[in-house]
Amino acid sequence: MRLVSTAVHEDVNRRDFLMIATGAVAGVGAALTAWPFINQMNPDASVLALSSVEVDLAPIAEGQAVTIKWRGNPLIIRHRSQADIDAAKAVKLSDLIDANPRNANAKGGSDASDDNRVVGGKSQFLVMLGVCTHLGCVPVGDQGEYGVVTGNSTTGGWLCPCHGSQYDTAGRVRRGPAPENLPVPPYVYLTDTKIRVG
Amino acid sequence: MSGPSNYQPTSAVGKWFHERLPIVAFVKDHALDFPTPKNLNYWWTFGGILAVMLVVQIITGIVLVMHYTPQADLAFNSVEHIMRDVNYGWMLRYMHMNGASMFFIAVYIHMFRGMYYGSYKAPREVLWMIGVIIYLIMMATAFMGYVLPWGQMSFWGAKVITNLFSAIPFVGDTVTTWLWGGYSVDNPTLNRFFSLHYLLPFVLAGIVFLHIWALHVPGNNNPTGISVKGPQDTIPFHPYYTMKDGFAIVVFFIFYGLFVFYGPNYMGDAVNYVPANPLVTPAHIKPEWYYLPFYAILRAVPDKLLGVIAMFSSILILLALPWLDTSKVRSGTYRPIFKGFFWVFAIVCVGLGYIGSKPPEGSYVLWGRILAFYYFFHFIVILPLVGLLESPKPLPASISDDVLAKKKPMLAPAE
Repeated sequence: MRLVSTAVHEDVNRRDFLMIATGAVAGVGAALTAWPFINQMNPDASVLALSSVEVDLAPIAEGQAVTIKWRGNPLIIRHRSQADIDAAKAVKLSDLIDANPRNANAKGGSDASDDNRVVGGKSQFLVMLGVCTHLGCVPVGDQGEYGVVTGNSTTGGWLCPCHGSQYDTAGRVRRGPAPENLPVPPYVYLTDTKIRVG
Repeated sequence: MSGPSNYQPTSAVGKWFHERLPIVAFVKDHALDFPTPKNLNYWWTFGGILAVMLVVQIITGIVLVMHYTPQADLAFNSVEHIMRDVNYGWMLRYMHMNGASMFFIAVYIHMFRGMYYGSYKAPREVLWMIGVIIYLIMMATAFMGYVLPWGQMSFWGAKVITNLFSAIPFVGDTVTTWLWGGYSVDNPTLNRFFSLHYLLPFVLAGIVFLHIWALHVPGNNNPTGISVKGPQDTIPFHPYYTMKDGFAIVVFFIFYGLFVFYGPNYMGDAVNYVPANPLVTPAHIKPEWYYLPFYAILRAVPDKLLGVIAMFSSILILLALPWLDTSKVRSGTYRPIFKGFFWVFAIVCVGLGYIGSKPPEGSYVLWGRILAFYYFFHFIVILPLVGLLESPKPLPASISDDVLAKKKPMLAPAE
């Protein structure tokens, strides 16, 4: 009777091949099986369906800022006064911490001039995420040293209460620890006073 | 659990660690080198399949909870949200839903295997009883999980099953109100069922550990039913049974996959895709397939309290099985009379399942009563008597002898 002793004489390469092939199939199968369990944590269809909002800008008075929720984050829309715009335009580009406009609508390679922070040449409307680029707190408006100071009051400019980052009247970072300008999301003008964000 | 370990740490780090936590030795002795009878057939692979199914249910369940809302007004829609919006949500839910059925298919095969081969007999009585407890907790877990989608069958299934407890004399109504957390099945019921449905699988995992512990004291039973007499009767668990179990698991997953991808609602009830309505009972209410035999026994008795007692007894009687079977021979292979009665009993169980799926009218009522009576008759009368009256066939001298006797002489392989 010969039952199990043949294994000793078996060609070693054949067994090695079988082991590696079986292991490879099992590994690929495990990876493919893991994917649905990982991907289920990505944004689902109901979240993605909420990813764009339309905003009517007409009711926003000059000097007023409104905050709406977009993709779970605060979106700041500020109707800037001429003084805000002039202050932003007067800043030398070499004084900026972040030379990138951080504008999803600007061409690649643009500088962070005030014109590149808005869309369609409409300088009066500044649209940006109110999420500090340091660690995500919401910067408070009309605060800090980079707004337009008139007597005791400051207009424009943002100060993050968490770690003291400051942004100017175009939402550009002027004092750390935040590394980047406040991001401008993709948006288009549907009419003269109506935008769709996202 | 068993004798001294084969594990000898070779490195200094391995030795240092072994003296502090001998887990590597534990795994080597119990998952790799464990001496296992060399004649186990494919019916023995269902234990491994069940362990894998428990893991599948826990993983898919944890993932589903990331998207499910346990609130009476939102639960149904959150399940539809999983089906339509969540990435691969349809697949994860169908895996969990059909996974429950696969779990029961595997557990029933595992239990009938134990019954046929006498795996419940000495010295494995505690192993068997832990298994019965696992089965009971599985049923409770599956029932509470079925309530969570908050469809019509979820709601009315919950109502009927919780009302079973109202049959208890004197305190029944108090107990039922306590289970519900109100005057009827409602949001508090859903919330507590969700909590327990998440808890119990981890309790099961702990009891499964005890089940395997109790298995590793005497070692596996085997198709001959005779005990291991020496090293010539066993082979190490790894690689022999890791490979055999692994192959069986792959085949079982193909079967499971057929349901998940091609018939995900075949074993479900379409009425459960109607949101729960506490004012309207569905025309024909029945539980999931795996409860049907017990549901048939419940309905076979025309008295509320006695029906409930009969139903619970039909499961609890399994705890007494090691003492009801009087035969000293374990394996049904060597018990010609028992073998016949075993298959009759198996058919009766399937028949009870069929009766349970039918409305309680006409000849179904009579057949339900006959089969329910036979179910208990098998345990209480047939098993004790057959053990005493039957003369078993001669047993082989050892597992090894039996294996060698069944092998036809082989031709020498070409060298």
